[in-house]
Amino acid sequence: MATIWLFGDDIDTDQIVPGRYAPYMNSEAELGKYPFIEARPEFAREVQPGDVIVAGKNFGCGSSREYAPRALSVVGVAAIIAPSFARIFFRNSLNLGLRLFETDIRERVSDRQAVELDLARPGLLVAGEWLELPKPPVWLREAWAEGGIIQYYLNHGHLPLEEGA
Amino acid sequence: MPDQALTLSEQILSHAVGHPVHAGDLVIVEVDRCMSHDSLTPEVIDSLRNELKAERVYDPDRIAVFIDHVAPAASVATADAQVLVRQWAREQGIRQFYDVGYGVCHVVMIEEGLVAPGQIAMGTDSHANAYGAVGAFGTGVGSRDMALTMATGRNWLRVPETIRVQVQGRFRPGVGPKDVSLYLCGLLGLDGASYQTVEFHGLDWLDLDGRETLCSMTTELGAKAGIIPPTGPAAADWGVPDWLALQEGAVYSRTIVLDLDALTPQVSMPYATDNVAAIAQVGDVPVDMVFIGTCTNGRLSDLQAAARILAGRHVAPNVRLLVIPASHRILSEATADGTLATLLAAGATLGTPGCGPCIGRHMGVIGAGETCLSTGNRNFRGRMGSPNGRVYLASAETAAATALAGFISDPSRL
Repeated sequence: MATIWLFGDDIDTDQIVPGRYAPYMNSEAELGKYPFIEARPEFAREVQPGDVIVAGKNFGCGSSREYAPRALSVVGVAAIIAPSFARIFFRNSLNLGLRLFETDIRERVSDRQAVELDLARPGLLVAGEWLELPKPPVWLREAWAEGGIIQYYLNHGHLPLEEGA
Repeated sequence: MPDQALTLSEQILSHAVGHPVHAGDLVIVEVDRCMSHDSLTPEVIDSLRNELKAERVYDPDRIAVFIDHVAPAASVATADAQVLVRQWAREQGIRQFYDVGYGVCHVVMIEEGLVAPGQIAMGTDSHANAYGAVGAFGTGVGSRDMALTMATGRNWLRVPETIRVQVQGRFRPGVGPKDVSLYLCGLLGLDGASYQTVEFHGLDWLDLDGRETLCSMTTELGAKAGIIPPTGPAAADWGVPDWLALQEGAVYSRTIVLDLDALTPQVSMPYATDNVAAIAQVGDVPVDMVFIGTCTNGRLSDLQAAARILAGRHVAPNVRLLVIPASHRILSEATADGTLATLLAAGATLGTPGCGPCIGRHMGVIGAGETCLSTGNRNFRGRMGSPNGRVYLASAETAAATALAGFISDPSRL
């Protein structure tokens, strides 16, 4: 089982990890203590591997800091579901292998609700009801399936969308 | 003649791939310039070494590295990270290395001519959009994206749609480019240009400083890039390639017509950049600190505009005015022309050229209950320090008028 963590619109990277909690300021080893440290302090204490963030539009707006999605990845967030993601946050998540789904399901779930996430289909089982999640384009799905673009490059020796060398 | 008219972004990306591409296409491009700063370079190095196993970068001459985000180092942790960055840059033969004191990466990139019209530049910083000030396609990426680009020389992009901002008229006294940016933030919202480019037309007369402000602030609209056509007196000696020019009939997702004669000073209020009002609607908000600096508004013309307002006067009691020139060159020029002396005589204090407290890490962060008016670009909760502090964003003129009064004040009424 996974737990839903519900957030609003325009969650910015200063809320996800404030600049002064960057690995540069502290250490990479501590990053897992800091997601939403000020915006929602119970998150880092109580989040469990496999949990799911559901949010409003423009999730991850603001800074280029990859440590924002990485902090969520480090604590085991399995997917983020939101109607839209800020562009750098999207790229960073793709590079990290953190799964994003672009759809608005805020009306279908509640905060801290227990659900089952199936990344393969992909979908969410909410109170006995199957909620289909949109499939990203094939090249993104392939990159995500291999753990992100870095891993894809290491596996294939070229970027997704590129002809094989 | 091209088959179909192209936006500036489409022209730059088409030139890079060697055939016409259009909004929505996915492309792999050679990246002409990589910019990486102290805040994220340790992570870039880690990814290069431990994930990509890239002992050498693809081309050290395409890379510029800066120590500006915490400069000088504020702690042993940041000092140690900077040691790592310096050693790595040396080991990789990166000659464009700008250590503590040179200034904010984006400003120095343009000062030093490290980005040119028609180029593609990626930076480990969201405000890399600033390079559009010289007609380049500049865009922000995270650390693994940068590691991949440094290792391979290339990366993927989706060709963006473009929003055209058609500007008419001229600024009234006390109004400037930052007010245009804040007005657009209020109009379009934090994701109003998400995944798109913002092109500004009708600004041939605008100086480079103003162009940098406008382009860097497109980041706050979620934009992938912000570009001003490299034409007009400011661009006279930029060596603009002949394939880069506005094309009649290019397709824009939206056109916004903006009349500068009707624009008044704008202020962004806590806790989001798009929470914008004309200054008359903001009220007499008392401030504890005024900060003039950053890649958005720490350039010579900003310091000069503030000095004109502060000349012969003194900042209000209980207000601290922190001025951080965006680069060493700006600091030198402001020293030479008397701007700095005017600011200091008015009660300003000075910080090392760099990002200063903009990211809330050092050199003037604010405490609980404090209010700062900043010429920077973000005011999310906790951005400049305590989550219980409040940040207002405005132009250097508004900052100077506010420092004098002790509360948010309209420079056009002085």
